[in-house]
Amino acid sequence: MTPVALSGQVRIGGRALFPPLHLRLAPGRWTALLGPSGVGKSTLLRLIAGLPIGGEFDGTIENRPPAALMAQDPGLLSWLTVRQNAALGARLRGEIADRDRLDSILTRTGLADHALKVPSALSGGQRQRVALARTLMEDRPLVLLDEPFSALDARMRLMMQDLTAGLLRDRTVLMVTHDPAEAARLADHILVLTEAGLAEVKAPAAPPPRPPGDADILACQADLLTRLIAAGSPA
Amino acid sequence: MILSSLIRPLIVTAMCLLLWQGLILVTGLPPYLLPGPRAVAEALMTHQQVLGRAAVRTMTEILAGFVLGAGIGAALAVAMAAFPRLARALRPILLFTQVIPIFALAPILTLWLGYGMAPKITVAALICFFPVASAFLDGLERTSPACLDLAQTMGAPGWRVLVQIRIPMALPMLGSGLKLAAVYAPIGAVIGEWVGGSEGLGAVMIHANGRMRIDLTFAALGMVTLIALGFHALVGAGVRRAFARFQPG
Repeated sequence: MTPVALSGQVRIGGRALFPPLHLRLAPGRWTALLGPSGVGKSTLLRLIAGLPIGGEFDGTIENRPPAALMAQDPGLLSWLTVRQNAALGARLRGEIADRDRLDSILTRTGLADHALKVPSALSGGQRQRVALARTLMEDRPLVLLDEPFSALDARMRLMMQDLTAGLLRDRTVLMVTHDPAEAARLADHILVLTEAGLAEVKAPAAPPPRPPGDADILACQADLLTRLIAAGSPA
Repeated sequence: MILSSLIRPLIVTAMCLLLWQGLILVTGLPPYLLPGPRAVAEALMTHQQVLGRAAVRTMTEILAGFVLGAGIGAALAVAMAAFPRLARALRPILLFTQVIPIFALAPILTLWLGYGMAPKITVAALICFFPVASAFLDGLERTSPACLDLAQTMGAPGWRVLVQIRIPMALPMLGSGLKLAAVYAPIGAVIGEWVGGSEGLGAVMIHANGRMRIDLTFAALGMVTLIALGFHALVGAGVRRAFARFQPG
């Protein structure tokens, strides 16, 4: 599988959002994209997703496969059940969802008992699990995660990180996050985006999801924090 | 809860009646200017056949005008959401239909459509369609960006996004528009009846006023008010029932 590669620059209203950069996503690996707010992390993710960015992109994206998107807002439809939400892609394309696959994915995401509930009857963590189930149903070679766990409380976030890491293992994943701990736990490759450009930081050696308390993880987290502070985004 | 929702309007009505009677006692206004509650109640009883027939007529016009106006308004909103270029072209025209004083338009409509129900239904539909079109279109243009991003990455064609996501998501807004239109529809029907024709509660009011039968005018006015309140409550209940599950939760 050839890696997804983006190189170029984004201008919003004539002003460059970040200097020209080159981003490469290792096939079958998790790449975390970390950086201060407003630096253009989500813009990069949207470019790779093929979504409008509200600016001009001057550059190229190579080998962009179809992608599945999972964002902070789970984007559930309030009038559909958990099951129908998980199969939204098929519904929107006028296809019939594979029932066995849907059942198996709902079981793996721990939603089998909630399949007929509507989103308003679910907790925040459960809603994010529906979003994960919907992402898995899409079965795309590339998965784009846009701060998917940042609205969850610490305990729920840890559980969702483990579940997602397990279910999306061996896929090409780009995860945008502002949480150094999340990047240190989950990513095979860590990229830090600042106004100076893109820099790679060595990820811990252990296979993800890594336990949050390991010395390696904490050291990586501290390294990332130091870089983010050094980036000196205006407070 | 149910008890208080029944008792409160009763208390308010009783207080209004007392105030009304009190006003007459204090100012000494003669009954041909301001009839008392009792005179109006008597007019209601003596003219119940005339008023009943007129009420049925007015209710028919309200319902037909509402259905027609709301239907056109909703269809227009969907068309405008589907075709942004059409929306840009239609927006000024929509506004134009609303800035024309409806009182000035009603006689012209009577001239064109005759003295039957058609001009009344048209006036009611004309003032009903705007709140419906405007609220529904607002809703259709404010689909959650997260859902639109999702639909795009899923490769959904635009019309399916409209049918499966944008329209259902905008239904609560359509509901607000319908509730507003339910308040306007009776006004439209009564304006239509004032301007031309001899049937309906509006016509009864005009004729009674001309013959100085102000008690009958008040009786007809009271009935129009009751019908309007009832219609609004009915539409509100229908909207709640039909659109509750589309409310963002």
